[in-house]
Amino acid sequence: MAENVTPRVRVPSSAAAGEVITIKTLISHVMESGQRKDGDGNTIPRSIINTFSCDFNGQNVFSVNIEPAVSANPYFEFDAVVPEAGEFVFTWNDDDGSVYTDTKAIEIA
Amino acid sequence: MKISRRATLALGGGAALAALLPLPGFADANDDAIAAFTGGAEMADTGLTLITPEIAENGNTVPVEVDAPGAVSVMILATGNPNPGVCTFNFGPLAGSQHAVTRMRLARTQDVVAVAKMADGSFAKASATVKVTIGGCGG
Repeated sequence: MAENVTPRVRVPSSAAAGEVITIKTLISHVMESGQRKDGDGNTIPRSIINTFSCDFNGQNVFSVNIEPAVSANPYFEFDAVVPEAGEFVFTWNDDDGSVYTDTKAIEIA
Repeated sequence: MKISRRATLALGGGAALAALLPLPGFADANDDAIAAFTGGAEMADTGLTLITPEIAENGNTVPVEVDAPGAVSVMILATGNPNPGVCTFNFGPLAGSQHAVTRMRLARTQDVVAVAKMADGSFAKASATVKVTIGGCGG
């Protein structure tokens, strides 16, 4: 159901080994709360992204359980340690079963 | 004159009662959510920082920031929303700090509560009042 879902992630392209970096993620999504009504008074069914997670080389960095009270186009900002060169994998799970992913590689400078 | 004064008082009393009645319901839902998260454990007042704006002009997108050194997860509740839960952050082994930022919806002026679960099994709680000019639940 969700249309035009585009993940956007900002990760530095390189970091020193062991450095703490800040990651910013945003995914365009209506996050229909299930509280709103349409013009005829019918409740618009809930349709949100219910979980987000970020992993680095198979190890978990950060995850979120999301409720309808998170704004449309959910935005998350968090910090990660970069022990080695590798790849960040970002995963968003939609209520309708869709899974959106994005990956960002990072080098050791 | 007397009757109209009485009627006015009755109306005022009724309105006050109506305004009070929904509050226990919300409080229960909040307490239930906190109890489910902590298992009824005591919560410390320190160790968790919750940053929200004092006044949010648009309840649809209110920035919220938590910082809880040593936490494994942090739950955020909006006590005045139809459903209090907002989100739960879980910090994994590669988290650089126990700090996260997101944006939430607030239906009306209310207290926002954050509860952090620390790595040693203790809990911390912080709350902040946010004044909302335009609510964000589209009800």
